[in-house]
Amino acid sequence: MTIASLEADEIATIEGYLNEQVSQSRLVEMGLLPGTPVRLIKKIPLNGPVEIKVRDFYLSLRRKDAQNILVKK
Amino acid sequence: MTSASAMKDRGTNWIALLGNPNSGKTALFNLLTGLNQKVSNYPGITVERKIGHAVLSDQFQVEVLDLPGTYSLAPESFDERIVSEEILSWLHGPSPPRVIVSVVDASNLERNLYLTSQLLDLNIPVVVALTMMDLVEQNDHTIPPEKLCEELEAAEVLHVSVRKNWGVKELKEAIARVINEPVNGKSDLPLTLSGPVRSSLVHLTEFFKKEFGYGSRLAWAQALRIITRDSVLDGFLQAQLDGQKMGDEQIRDLQKLRDASSAELKSQGHHPKTLEAHLRYRWLDGVLNRAGKPRKLTVDRSTVSEKADQILTHPFLGPVIFIGLLTIMFQSIFTWATVPMDWITQGVAILGEWVLVFLPAGMLRDLTVEGIIGGVGAILIFLPQIMILVFFMTLLEDSGYMARVAFMLDHLMTKMGLHGRSVFPMMTGYACAIPGIMAARTIDSWKERLVTILVLPLMSCSARLPVYALMIGAFIPHKKVLGLFNTQGLTLVIMYLMGTVTALVLAKIFSYFIHQKGQSSFIMEMPPYRLPLTRSVTRQVILRSKLFVINAGKIIMAISIVLWFLASYPKLEKTNENINPIHHSYAGKIGHAIEPFIKPLGFDWKIGIGLITSFAAREVMVTTLATIYNVEAGGKDVVLLTQALQEDKDPQTGELVYSPLVALSLMVFFVYAAQCMATFAIVRNETNTWKWPFFMIFYMNALAYLASLCVYQGGQLLGFS
Repeated sequence: MTIASLEADEIATIEGYLNEQVSQSRLVEMGLLPGTPVRLIKKIPLNGPVEIKVRDFYLSLRRKDAQNILVKK
Repeated sequence: MTSASAMKDRGTNWIALLGNPNSGKTALFNLLTGLNQKVSNYPGITVERKIGHAVLSDQFQVEVLDLPGTYSLAPESFDERIVSEEILSWLHGPSPPRVIVSVVDASNLERNLYLTSQLLDLNIPVVVALTMMDLVEQNDHTIPPEKLCEELEAAEVLHVSVRKNWGVKELKEAIARVINEPVNGKSDLPLTLSGPVRSSLVHLTEFFKKEFGYGSRLAWAQALRIITRDSVLDGFLQAQLDGQKMGDEQIRDLQKLRDASSAELKSQGHHPKTLEAHLRYRWLDGVLNRAGKPRKLTVDRSTVSEKADQILTHPFLGPVIFIGLLTIMFQSIFTWATVPMDWITQGVAILGEWVLVFLPAGMLRDLTVEGIIGGVGAILIFLPQIMILVFFMTLLEDSGYMARVAFMLDHLMTKMGLHGRSVFPMMTGYACAIPGIMAARTIDSWKERLVTILVLPLMSCSARLPVYALMIGAFIPHKKVLGLFNTQGLTLVIMYLMGTVTALVLAKIFSYFIHQKGQSSFIMEMPPYRLPLTRSVTRQVILRSKLFVINAGKIIMAISIVLWFLASYPKLEKTNENINPIHHSYAGKIGHAIEPFIKPLGFDWKIGIGLITSFAAREVMVTTLATIYNVEAGGKDVVLLTQALQEDKDPQTGELVYSPLVALSLMVFFVYAAQCMATFAIVRNETNTWKWPFFMIFYMNALAYLASLCVYQGGQLLGFS
């Protein structure tokens, strides 16, 4: 499953990335590494961006980038 | 700016501030230097390089450079490229900073220390300033600074509170200490590189040592970084060493080595793009663990910000609240400002009368009363409205709300060919297009950044406000609508909406014709809500007002004076009762010459002159009209512009010259027209070509003419006058 498939307030652990995308380098630099726990805060409806909390900050990313991050509950 | 010229504007005693966006870096810069400068809570707001002076002790002064916020030295946006290129210029130049102050948000240690760990490799002493301690104590995971200092091997680590203004003196002392006795870290990269990784990177490392004279630690760090992104390689290709760029052979060698390293790492199962981040976080985990803050295995529960966001970024309520806030903002511009505006009007009138009494009659008096006081006074009246606008914009920005707006609207903006991060530059455009265009640097995709710049001047800036306010005040009746709003405020909202909606539609059209370079992404930190600092809000309001008044003082006064001459000369020998001498002045002749072109829009020769002068700055329209009417009145008194416009009659037919329809047509013209030339100079700088500014001038003016034509001719057909 991916971050995009989490429900609001669900916590999961990052496992890795599905494909190599441009966004990946920056996400990893911000600390979204395998083994890092994340919590989904909210998804903007109609395929809008998602907000997550990771380490100690809130981050918003587009749905397609969220769909690229694999997580395990 | 090349490194050589950058060196000239500072001495050898200088320090640099670096940190993540939202780390409190700019606020700290203000405390260190006392310089007036923008503080913000929005990611990536520091878009220019800013230099100030800090007095460290009685005899010791240093220059301080503030750089845009960045997450990593491997750049993603234009903004971050500025930082990484600047740093390369230090490494390859004659006088690097004596100290780097790494500003770290202590409530967000892991991610902030990532950049610090990169800075520690540069062989420049690093002082770490831990900010936002007030947020940490709530969460209760403090870390002793001396322990962190020992583990990081930084020169010094200390706490600073930007909000409560403590720790700054200690920080200054620490900087002075480190300048006097530099403390550098280890000479080897502290990250743990496995044998195979080392052997894949060793040739790149040797290249950096040999060609650029790097020490071991920096060479390894750069080898690790150059394989993460093409942008890092580009940075090296642009960089200069001893005033020269790399030769073709060197470039070929570097590219070959880089490709070989990447291929070798891939064959070992590593990802070159993320290897640096993996290794650094692994090292940081160890550092924080030993310093007493082991890594958390879960994510903290709800914070106050999160609860507020349940309403403020609610899928339905969020946008409603946003539109509500904008409406209140524009309504209050009209209602709150009336009282101080009356004071200024009275003040200008008293000053004019005073000059009439004290100066002897003659050219100097005419020039002072008609040209200077009449012209500049007419524009100063709008200062309260501009202050209110800037006040609201700063509140929205500094509180962290603008980041939420970007988050809520990214989806919609993407559909319009823009980007979530376009929202803030475009909203800034309500104040002034120039900082807005510069703020577009935070958009990491080139195409969306360009589209944002192209449509941004359609956002009604504060220089249009005087024109709208004058026309609305004079010609739109003041009536209550639904008990809450009034017709004047609503007309203003409609003008702003018109510009904004057109900007969005054109963005969509332009995005079909501009090709994407690279991929677009939207990875944005949402800073916690913070109460805006009173001092940074007042500072911002004062700064903007000062710019406005200085503009009024310089450009507007110069134009008022030139215009006064043009409107007053040549003087007619004998005065005919029916013919006003201004018609025969130079200005009158110019105005009459262009009148046929603007007649279909409902404009007369006086507005025609205003349209020409407003190419310098839009608000000059108001001063131009004021000067013309003052000259026409013959300097007996300072003319009230609103009244003069309402009562102006055609000398031949005796009909009123202006009507609500003409006022509307003129406002619509100002919504669209490309007038402020400074804007286009900035666009040239930001896009690096004259192609885009010329395109903008063409499309905006064509749009303005057509829209005004439709309003005026359409309005007449419908029977309005």
